[in-house]
Amino acid sequence: MKARVHVTLKPGVLDPQGAAVRHSLGSLGFEGVEKVRQGKVIELELAETDKDKATKTVTDMCEKLLANTVIENYSVEIL
Amino acid sequence: MRAAVIQFPGSNCDRDMAVALDKVSGHNKPTQMIWHKESALPEGLDVIAIPGGFSFGDYLRCGAIAARSPIMRSVVDFANKGGFVLGVCNGFQVLTESGLLPGALMRNAQLKFICKDVELEVASTDSVFTSHYTKGQKITVPVAHHEGNYNADANTLKALKDQDRVAFRYTNNPNGAMDDIAGILSENRRVLGMMPHPERLNDPLLGGMDGNPLFESMAAALVSA
Repeated sequence: MKARVHVTLKPGVLDPQGAAVRHSLGSLGFEGVEKVRQGKVIELELAETDKDKATKTVTDMCEKLLANTVIENYSVEIL
Repeated sequence: MRAAVIQFPGSNCDRDMAVALDKVSGHNKPTQMIWHKESALPEGLDVIAIPGGFSFGDYLRCGAIAARSPIMRSVVDFANKGGFVLGVCNGFQVLTESGLLPGALMRNAQLKFICKDVELEVASTDSVFTSHYTKGQKITVPVAHHEGNYNADANTLKALKDQDRVAFRYTNNPNGAMDDIAGILSENRRVLGMMPHPERLNDPLLGGMDGNPLFESMAAALVSA
């Protein structure tokens, strides 16, 4: 079973990398990009076959390591 | 003072930290170096230092992997029992990731790695780390980091201010840190995390002594038998 975790900065947390990407898009001529927020995607291959158990385990992984919940939100997708 | 320095793969200020601690603690009690795979700490330690560097290549987030290494469980227990812990630069990042200090250290606002001397104001002298400074004293200490932009929610910032837990502030904020924060103390004032490197400016041969009072403060307070 595969799981995909999206980690994004919480709303309101300054994202200087996103701001730099937005600036660069502007200099390439892409107009009208008002905001860019950068995050990360983590893909996991799990031995678990039960979807609910996998969701629970991956959520636990996010809380303990994959995301820093002080500044980041996460979402878990079971594929 | 019995001190130990934790070493992770990618730590690079561990020897400097040990030299700085040895200088004040006396060479008859040399600072112990502890590899991150150890699970237990030696008996009788007064203070543990988490050094600067790029532990685990800064993978995932700075300090994130180191904060979950076997030795850090013992360091967290040590701190929770009232032990003294000093984290510098990457060590500060490890301390926030391990939950011993609140908030997080994010990418510098200008996205650049900053390596230069910065001026700090000593904001609190009420700790074993800062008692040999005077409140409001201006000191110059080097910084060398890419992720030193301190971030915390409004309640945490208020608590840090109300409880006099901001130890050092930048006088000319280099990295976008909230409230110019360069270093903070835990609620029991026994854990200090700071981005600037006091161990890099504690000898005239290094260009100054402004970092040394931090180590002298510790040695004076933590006299062991």
